Amino acid sequence: MADGTFLPSASRRDVLRTGMAAGGGLLLGFAVAGKGAAQAASAKLNTYVSIAPDGAVSIMAKNPEIGQGIKTSLPMIIAEELDVDWTQVKSVQAPSDPALYGRQFAGGSAATPLHWDELRRVGAAGRAMLVAAAAQGWGVPASECTTASGVVHHKASGRKATYGSLAVKAATLPTPDLKTLTLKDPKDYKIIGRSIAQVDTPSIVTGKPLFGIDVVVPGMLFATFEKARVFGAKVASANLEAAKAVKGVRHAFVVEGGTALDGLLPGVAVVADSWWAARKGRDRLDIKWAAHPTSGQSSAGFAAKAVELSKGAPLRTERNDGDIDGALKGAVKTVEAAYAYPFISHANLEPQNCTAQVKDGKVEIWAPTQNPQPGRELVAKALGVTNDDVHIHMIRCGGGFGRRLNNDYMVEAAFIAKQVGAPVKLLWTREDDMRHDFYRPAGWHFLQGGVDAKGDIVGWKNHFVSLGENGQFARSAGMAAHEFPARFVPNYRYDLSLMPCGVPTGPLRAPGSNAIAFVVQSFIDELAHAAGADPVAFRLKLLGDKGMVGTLGRDAYDAGRMAGVLKLVAEKSGWGRKLPAGSGLGVAFHFSHLGYFAEVVEVKVAGDGAVELVKVWVGVDVGRQIINPFGALNQIEGSVLDGLSGAMTQQIVIENGAAVQANFNDYPLMRIDAAPPIETHFIKSDNSPTGLGEPAMPPVIPALCNAIFAATGKRIRQLPIDTGLLKSV
Amino acid sequence: MAFKLNVNGKSLSADVDGDTPLLWVLRDSLGILGPKYGCGIGQCGACTVHVDGTPVRSCSVPVESVGAGKVVTIEGIGADPVGKKVQAAWSALDVAQCGYCQPGQIMSATALLKGKAKPSDEDIDAAMSGNICRCATYTRIRAAIKQASGQKAGA
Repeated sequence: MADGTFLPSASRRDVLRTGMAAGGGLLLGFAVAGKGAAQAASAKLNTYVSIAPDGAVSIMAKNPEIGQGIKTSLPMIIAEELDVDWTQVKSVQAPSDPALYGRQFAGGSAATPLHWDELRRVGAAGRAMLVAAAAQGWGVPASECTTASGVVHHKASGRKATYGSLAVKAATLPTPDLKTLTLKDPKDYKIIGRSIAQVDTPSIVTGKPLFGIDVVVPGMLFATFEKARVFGAKVASANLEAAKAVKGVRHAFVVEGGTALDGLLPGVAVVADSWWAARKGRDRLDIKWAAHPTSGQSSAGFAAKAVELSKGAPLRTERNDGDIDGALKGAVKTVEAAYAYPFISHANLEPQNCTAQVKDGKVEIWAPTQNPQPGRELVAKALGVTNDDVHIHMIRCGGGFGRRLNNDYMVEAAFIAKQVGAPVKLLWTREDDMRHDFYRPAGWHFLQGGVDAKGDIVGWKNHFVSLGENGQFARSAGMAAHEFPARFVPNYRYDLSLMPCGVPTGPLRAPGSNAIAFVVQSFIDELAHAAGADPVAFRLKLLGDKGMVGTLGRDAYDAGRMAGVLKLVAEKSGWGRKLPAGSGLGVAFHFSHLGYFAEVVEVKVAGDGAVELVKVWVGVDVGRQIINPFGALNQIEGSVLDGLSGAMTQQIVIENGAAVQANFNDYPLMRIDAAPPIETHFIKSDNSPTGLGEPAMPPVIPALCNAIFAATGKRIRQLPIDTGLLKSV
Repeated sequence: MAFKLNVNGKSLSADVDGDTPLLWVLRDSLGILGPKYGCGIGQCGACTVHVDGTPVRSCSVPVESVGAGKVVTIEGIGADPVGKKVQAAWSALDVAQCGYCQPGQIMSATALLKGKAKPSDEDIDAAMSGNICRCATYTRIRAAIKQASGQKAGA
């Protein structure tokens, strides 16, 4: 996963294939191409759409569902152009099969921009073939036929035919050329743009078994797996016999494991007739862990080292525009500030789990994963089988947020299942989950900035101290050389230092951006106040009239779109209005995952420092079309509250090489009583639609901190927010 | 030992230790998978069920303490007219994102509405703040409770 701005590649051009379904009827799909037409012609057809003679329309949802609504929104795109009623459609979770579907994953808010064009054309191709079948049968030109609700009409003769009745004949017709198909005028959309409930909603509200934790395989045993709190430490000893003495426990054994933190690590497995029995057995293991080189690491140690590194020469300079030293010297006002943010956990509400069965050299896996294909490779390697021997069922995830891009739980389940020779459901405890995450990396920024007499930023210098070694960032610990406000400030320098880290890190919703926006947009606020300028006016001036900078697909940034959402959110929030003492409005913007977001937060800070989140306004530009407003708003509101929750209370503290926090009592998540109302406004700019799983999150964090400054005059430079510092009485 | 339980109007039995939490008896012994495991310490509410009409965190209730109490889970709450209304409102507003916490949310919301037909925002906050939604669907949970109780959102 790319950090910050994930830019999907549109290089994969597949060949549309059509054919007859097994029970008769029309199939539409793609042969995954890439190695010449001959291979494409012989490739197995993946099925995106099938229309049965009885009129039933099945549409495959190719990507894993993690709550982002993709099992609903991608089929909506096809159904629209196919011109059927949504009630006729059944959305079916596709199997995990790279040979058929190419890459299948949930990440980077990428599904909408990757599939918007392709899937509309799949639908339109199906419609064209059904129309052709009807026209041939009636001996009329196809151009005289129209469609609606899964029926082809010929107005002049008053004839009509259902798609189901045409499906068998349509399947014998040639496949239309995707490029010449006519797509609908958006004003005629009946499905796209409508609020449609998730296809799994009826099952969710009645408690049907949908999730990984609910998987049941006949003869299945239940497993728990304890790893060292110091990441990767080996087992020195364990009382396996004591665990086995617990009623219901069948197996207890040490797993040697490896050293890669995203693979199979050392630990002790306990397998029983029930999960509760396995846990009771585990409690008696009395494991002693071997010494480990990272056992001395701590958050406090990282922070002290960061300060030390910031005072010396950087490891390298990532960008150096203009003359930063001259600019700061010539500035009328300069500001110097150090910002820091902690490790945070994904805390998926469904703890990591996986069910696996190993039989006759074949591995079958039921996994709530965002990213099955690397998991397949991990399992194949650990078990000594080929990738083709591993079959993965993609199960709905009880939250993703980037955690389930890793497949450590999958390889553990497969290994344990092989050892015991029976199907096994491995379930982590909440404590396992929080202590063995791939955390959002902590980071430290040492900033200097200056404004000139006109109130413009003339210099911006950041010495970023991040995690990593051998010149490489730790996973998701990077910041791009073009990160805003690079290219908008004439004298800009970004120095980098790295320190090694034994704590596993990885992507968490809007990776990179979820921390960097806090630093950048807070420091812009500091400079606005130094210049005596209004924070919105100051930002609009900074964006200026630059329009599009950079190169599409790489580092493009459309300052015009950003200014648009900033003006909109300022207007909608009543920016500039007078507020009582102790209340304040804060603003911030951020571009990530191809989405332009500006947000305003209103807070009220009590005398004891308690922060009340009064309201949030969101200005959004993700292009001309919102596919499913239900899902879109849910993602935006969830991202906003996720950001606020993280900023207010969340941190994983490392002590003695291990995570201190372990459950929701010491790692509090936002609850309903703290959740503010959120008002979202869209600009429908003439750009291709892009995704909403992530980009609403980053700007709300600095908007909150800037609001706290407006309310109290106190600048938040470290997350999570220490409300003790905000006390006024 | 064998425990007899009344779950969703049915008499069921499970052979488990008395200190086994009700959640795991429901899930692993009885195959009732709607109540979810989230934290195991009564902090998140994903495991919420009703015992004699009172919402409890089944991860923290030993099975031996349930006795003859009538247990109702998400699978059975639709038989209750209030529960059915809550489920309908959850569907109509498409509250869920991942959906994992929603059985617990619906059980807490149903208990609230059975005790107070027209709850205020403060009532909703008080009754629902034991249930974490990691996807943070809180604005819709509020709206759905209002809708199920026949009140306008934000009223």
